[in-house]
Amino acid sequence: MSGPNLLEVTDLVKHFPIKSGVLIDREVDQVRAVDGISFSVERGKTLGLVGESGSGKSTACRAILNLTKPTSGSVKFEGQEIAGLSRRQMRPLRREMQMIFQDPYASLNPRKRIGQIVGDPLKRQGVASGSELRRRVEELLDRVGLATEHYDRYPHEFSGGQRQRIGIARALALQPKLVIADEPVSALDVSIQAQIINLLDDLQDEFGLTYVFVAHDIGVVRHISDRIAVMHDGKIVEEGTADQVCEHPRDDYTKKLLTAVPIPDPREAQARRAAPA
Amino acid sequence: MSAAPLLSVRDLSVSFATEGGRLPAVERVSFDLSPGEVLAIVGESGAGKSVTAQTIIGLTRSPNARIEGRVELRGTDLVAAGEGELRTVRGERIGMVFQDPMTSFNPVHRIGSQIVEAIRAHRSIGKQEARGLAVEMLDSVGIAEAARRVDDYPHEFSGGMRQRAMIAMALALEPEVLIADEPTTALDVTVQAQILGLLERLNRERGLATILITHDLGVVAEIADRVLVMYGGRVVEQGTLEQIFYDPQHPYTWGLLGSLTRLDRPRPERLPQIAGAPPSLLALPEGCSFRPRCPHEFAPCTELPPLQARLTGEPGHCDRCWLTPEAKREKRQVAGQIGLEAPSP
Amino acid sequence: MARFTVRRLLGMVVVLFAVSVIVFLVFNVIPNSDPAARIAGEKSAGNVQLIENIEGEWGFDDSLPIQYLTMMKLIFTGDLVSYENQTDVVEEIWAGVPATLSLCVGAAAIWMFFGILFGYLSAIRAGGLADRLLTIVALVGISVPVFWLAGILLIYLTFKVELFPPGGYVGLSEDPVDWAYHLILPWVTLAVLYVGFYSRVLRSNMLDTMNEDHVRTARAKGLPERQVRTRHVLRNSLIPIVTLFGLDFGAVVGGGAILTEALFDLHGVGQYAAEAVRDLDLPPLIAVTMFGAFFIVFLNTLVDIAYAKLDPRVRLGEPAQ
Repeated sequence: MSGPNLLEVTDLVKHFPIKSGVLIDREVDQVRAVDGISFSVERGKTLGLVGESGSGKSTACRAILNLTKPTSGSVKFEGQEIAGLSRRQMRPLRREMQMIFQDPYASLNPRKRIGQIVGDPLKRQGVASGSELRRRVEELLDRVGLATEHYDRYPHEFSGGQRQRIGIARALALQPKLVIADEPVSALDVSIQAQIINLLDDLQDEFGLTYVFVAHDIGVVRHISDRIAVMHDGKIVEEGTADQVCEHPRDDYTKKLLTAVPIPDPREAQARRAAPA
Repeated sequence: MSAAPLLSVRDLSVSFATEGGRLPAVERVSFDLSPGEVLAIVGESGAGKSVTAQTIIGLTRSPNARIEGRVELRGTDLVAAGEGELRTVRGERIGMVFQDPMTSFNPVHRIGSQIVEAIRAHRSIGKQEARGLAVEMLDSVGIAEAARRVDDYPHEFSGGMRQRAMIAMALALEPEVLIADEPTTALDVTVQAQILGLLERLNRERGLATILITHDLGVVAEIADRVLVMYGGRVVEQGTLEQIFYDPQHPYTWGLLGSLTRLDRPRPERLPQIAGAPPSLLALPEGCSFRPRCPHEFAPCTELPPLQARLTGEPGHCDRCWLTPEAKREKRQVAGQIGLEAPSP
Repeated sequence: MARFTVRRLLGMVVVLFAVSVIVFLVFNVIPNSDPAARIAGEKSAGNVQLIENIEGEWGFDDSLPIQYLTMMKLIFTGDLVSYENQTDVVEEIWAGVPATLSLCVGAAAIWMFFGILFGYLSAIRAGGLADRLLTIVALVGISVPVFWLAGILLIYLTFKVELFPPGGYVGLSEDPVDWAYHLILPWVTLAVLYVGFYSRVLRSNMLDTMNEDHVRTARAKGLPERQVRTRHVLRNSLIPIVTLFGLDFGAVVGGGAILTEALFDLHGVGQYAAEAVRDLDLPPLIAVTMFGAFFIVFLNTLVDIAYAKLDPRVRLGEPAQ
């Protein structure tokens, strides 16, 4: 046990080499996808990671979970260093940290039934099998708002929002402590986005989950996060509570990001246009 | 209202024959577009907004499509027009910009050559002259070093630049109407702001009438003059920007407005949401298609409400909801703002 | 583009070296009998003096790397000799090249022309009568065995009705008309399979491409339908066809034409190889394998370079913008 922080990231770096050369590839430069970021997340809270495309937020997620090996830096989960652990060493830890992906159409294996998709993590980690497995999967499906009769259906029979719920059920199957959600609602219709966000909120309260919520939509991030970190070009340029970052931004890029978000209110939008910031 | 509308769509219906049956993608949609006006068509996936837009220039014509109604561009009916006539309209009188600029350009031809191709399909001018025009257009949409970049391939442009190039290509022949189908959805928010700024400037400086299709009400608020809200293939509400945002008459519109996150307001406890999901067009509910998700459903809703102006003094503000205007004003207030109360479990 | 080309050419040299080593190993090192005796051939079995000479010339007493270099030297300086029929192998190969190239290039031109034409027509009239007929034609072409087709053509068009000569090759420089006249049936025989195959592949590529966003953009610009089809659909769909063509053409010249050459008695390199196989004569086989392999590798490199030219996204090795 480590104190209030479930996750502590310090100076995390992930560089991808750019190779060039006529005969032999030499590394001539690097893509500094994640260029030294540090943050921590308290147990039961949500950190929102905001950034545009190319900011490095998705790479950061994968590096934190050791899905891609960090170039350097430290990632402490419950006080234990996990950066650079081997796959075998990571295996028991995988139960504690899970990921929800962006594309509800691509992240589910189309050839498996959803009962199988949600139950696989349980089976693979040897947690349950047989009828106990089925019972737990049905419970999960119910908890995320899907009818248990859907157990035997295939992903293509569901809408985007429903598939995202399946993805969430799968992520929760092993009762993880940390869930990293990488753009979980970006691909969904606006009216469905609100449903999924509310669901994630409810699940956090019920299961005491800790979230790292990654998105490019700062409005959505602001709603669900306790703290926000803004990423740009591989670095965190601003960090603070959600209200601090959104109402009193200090960094220029954050300000630029906030002004760029369209205000869904014609009079306000006009007022903002008339008064140069 | 001054001159006659530039584009007039009357009872446009588009349906497709599919394996699952007849799919009514668009049902009796009508609207006008005046010169210099920005009309936003708002809706979620399956609402029929893209199909409407693409049908205007005949892109949805195919053996299994049935298209009915009229689309009049300054007197010419585009639905009845032959392919040859449509081709003279496309690009020359109506330009179109699509959602994903990466896949909307042919990856094996240079950007300049694709713009030149569009120009020379309608004007008999030489390659060099057309190329000069292409460079001018790229420059006017804000692409730096246009003379050099005109020879780049699409994958050498960033997402925002590609979309600018798309806009440049669509406007190269100075059409009167621009149809932009989700032009900023695939772009970062800072780039989106730039593209919207560009569209707004083009509208203002050239009097370019624009049909903007989007699901993002924030985008609508920034740039639209009038709004059409579509759901399940039908128009459920239409009106001016002010009317739609401050006096919305249809529960679906309330739901959309309510479920938006707003940076300029304190965070709500829970995001107001619309229950359920958009309907499958193959199995539309009887009567009002929003019925299953509407907490205010009552007896008459089993009959489809006609699209009508129900407020005195506002003939342009129409909706498809049986509730009285008074009932609407009352029911749409949720926790001090406009929204949709979810049906109680 | 330049860097890509240089890298591919250097890669080609490496591959050619590897191929030559493999040929060497296959023919000289791996089989477990006396290599000199095998090269001498069955006819000369027991001719001890000959076998000793061969041992000396080929250096079978030397170390492997020296043997390899010796073999390469023999092949490339034209000193390779066939003991079966006392001929100079490399000379024989050179003599056969015009016939082989005439057959392969001509057939390739035919199969590309008809394959692309039929594929294009099938795609733009997909589902219609023309498409169905062309599909049948394509499937028949793919299914018909070369020797059966050759046999049928020979019986009906050269024997029963003497429309074409039954075989033989006439040089292009001697008499162009006669040259073509003798090659028409072989060309058809060789091309039929590929016409079928290429028309199916192109049809499939085009149908996929027609649904792509950029084709929709092309229409939205008001381009005439024919221009949409050629500059946008066909142009993009041809890219994979180019790769296939490189592979197929290389394989045909490198050895696939053997059957056709033999059946029509064209005396090309393929027929020479066929005879060497029949007689179990090693030196020609070694040389033909070597040249065939080289040709295929060279052609593949050209195809890679052409592909990069056609599809700008593929130019690997260039730094990202």
